[in-house]
Amino acid sequence: MSKYITKRLLISLATLLVIIFVLFVMLDMMPGSPFNDEKLTETQKALLYAKYGLDQPFFVRFGKYLINMLKGDLGVSYVLNKNRAVSDMLTGPLGLSIRIGAKAMVIGSIFGLLFGILAALNHNTWIDSLFSLISIIGVSVPSYVFALLLAYFIGFKLKMFPILYNASNPGASTVLPTIALSMFPIANISRFTRSEMIDVLGSEYILLVESKGVREKDLILRHALRNTLIPIVTIMGPLLINLLTGSMVVEKVFAIPGIGQLMMQAIQNNDYNVVIACAFVYSALYIGMMLVVDILYGIIDPRIRVAKGAD
Amino acid sequence: MSEIKMNQVPQDSFTEEDFRFVQLDERLMDKTYAATSFLKDVWMHFKKNKGAVIGLVIICIIILMALVGPLISGYKYDEIVLTQQSLPPRIPGIEKLGIFNGVEKGKNVYLDKGFADLYHWFGTDTNGRDMFTRVWKGTRVSLLIAFVAVIIDIGIGMSYGLISGYFGGRIDIVMQRFAEILNGIPTLVVVTLLGLVLPQGIPSIIFTLMITGWIGMSRIARAEVLKLKESEYILASRTLGAKNFSIIFKDIMPNIFGQLIIMSMFSVPNAIFTEAFLSFVGLGIQPPNASLGSLISDGYKSLTIHPYMIMCSITVLALLMLSFNLFADGIRDAFDPNQKQG
Repeated sequence: MSKYITKRLLISLATLLVIIFVLFVMLDMMPGSPFNDEKLTETQKALLYAKYGLDQPFFVRFGKYLINMLKGDLGVSYVLNKNRAVSDMLTGPLGLSIRIGAKAMVIGSIFGLLFGILAALNHNTWIDSLFSLISIIGVSVPSYVFALLLAYFIGFKLKMFPILYNASNPGASTVLPTIALSMFPIANISRFTRSEMIDVLGSEYILLVESKGVREKDLILRHALRNTLIPIVTIMGPLLINLLTGSMVVEKVFAIPGIGQLMMQAIQNNDYNVVIACAFVYSALYIGMMLVVDILYGIIDPRIRVAKGAD
Repeated sequence: MSEIKMNQVPQDSFTEEDFRFVQLDERLMDKTYAATSFLKDVWMHFKKNKGAVIGLVIICIIILMALVGPLISGYKYDEIVLTQQSLPPRIPGIEKLGIFNGVEKGKNVYLDKGFADLYHWFGTDTNGRDMFTRVWKGTRVSLLIAFVAVIIDIGIGMSYGLISGYFGGRIDIVMQRFAEILNGIPTLVVVTLLGLVLPQGIPSIIFTLMITGWIGMSRIARAEVLKLKESEYILASRTLGAKNFSIIFKDIMPNIFGQLIIMSMFSVPNAIFTEAFLSFVGLGIQPPNASLGSLISDGYKSLTIHPYMIMCSITVLALLMLSFNLFADGIRDAFDPNQKQG
């Protein structure tokens, strides 16, 4: 197992390194410069380039960035917030985005499991069909479509929650985005729970438990649900990735000052360090989640542990 | 070893209900099983899945509308008529039912502006362009991008997987590590950055989708090759002196092609979504051209004033993604009926 974890860790680190490199190359190719002020003369621009070390060769800049990064220094912003440390700029938006994402994931898991179990227990009835319909819609329709519909009908028509993010009232402002983002996890988890649960309920060990006279509540919660949960860990990775992509657009719809917004602004303003930092945070989150899910899966299910150990 | 005891199975414990036909169509019962062709079998399973059939019908309707919609509307997609700005949807005939009647906020905008005989089926946008034409034109662009991207995906992914799986060893290790690292970069980051570096337009979007889309396909191709390459017909082919590439592309490829086509059905909604995402954040199709994503992005700007502008494109996008998912599910189950019936 430890060999497997080490291997996965190394691959993750290599991926992160490649990502930083690719980001650097891409920003080099990007049109425009961070200093777009028309009043600046060529010499002033050159001075600015020298001041921020942008005049140095590509590999020198890359090496410096890596070393600083290990110290926790992500450079300073050139445009958006002049000379402010990027790591400072990131904390607020990142916290907000993660809070919304985590809420959506928790709500998604709770309702997904609930719907899935209800559908499985009422297999082949109208309840089952209803939940199947809900989940296929949730899986197929992108989260920003939900976001737009919620913003119009609940935010604008019914005026229940604000449509645009309001920093003085973060609780109410994040309700609609959270619902919009949780649709996909709800649909996906309920779909998966349902089919796993039906499988488990039809198995012989459940028959044994049943014939021993265990109450139905205990049967479902203690015996069936436990074994259903294992495979669900496998879909956590794709779910979290979808959440990341979704959050970027949903943030735009509701004007939430999250990491997605920050990245978009930085891109439009050629704020190199901020772009790299945002893209890096996204990648690190993504890779970290994949790593955790993979390792968790190995720990939970002994059969995989053995198979992967032999790998 | 042990003798078979015939009387151990109680003869009367099975009733007719305990059995069902292997084939779904009862009329085939007297023919031999082998007589049903594979495609007929697939079609019979597919027909049974109501959701998938509905999905297929909706896809056909949307494709048809995307082809003929811009032609039958009588307007051009980029024709700006400043006097006809922001007109709500109005369809002859249906307007008598109280919907699509050109009424917004309690009054008929068409009559107010003196266009009693004018009909814009999905209304017009803030520049006075006909939305019906633009929605179907946009659908056409979205579908085109999705199909081209998926075809390229299959091409690259299949070749990569075939080569990696067939040669194995060191080539496989290097190719797999490369794919793994590429897979570790979030699609979102690649897509956004490429959207910046490349000139905006359809070819760039296709290129962006192509870079990130093929990895899943290559994994499936590789797994299939690993199963097939030890089989006897490949050995026979090699004994007869076939070259590696001829074995890969002439003997193995036709056998895994079907599987990849089915998998590609799942990437179509994905590609449509990515295009819509790019256009929505302003990195995709630029006006006067339209795609579903750019129409949604335009409509979003006037969501609270003229909600109809966004509703039509959202509906088409949602229906399209929903039907492709239903269809892909159905066709996968139909090709492999032994799979777990969910």
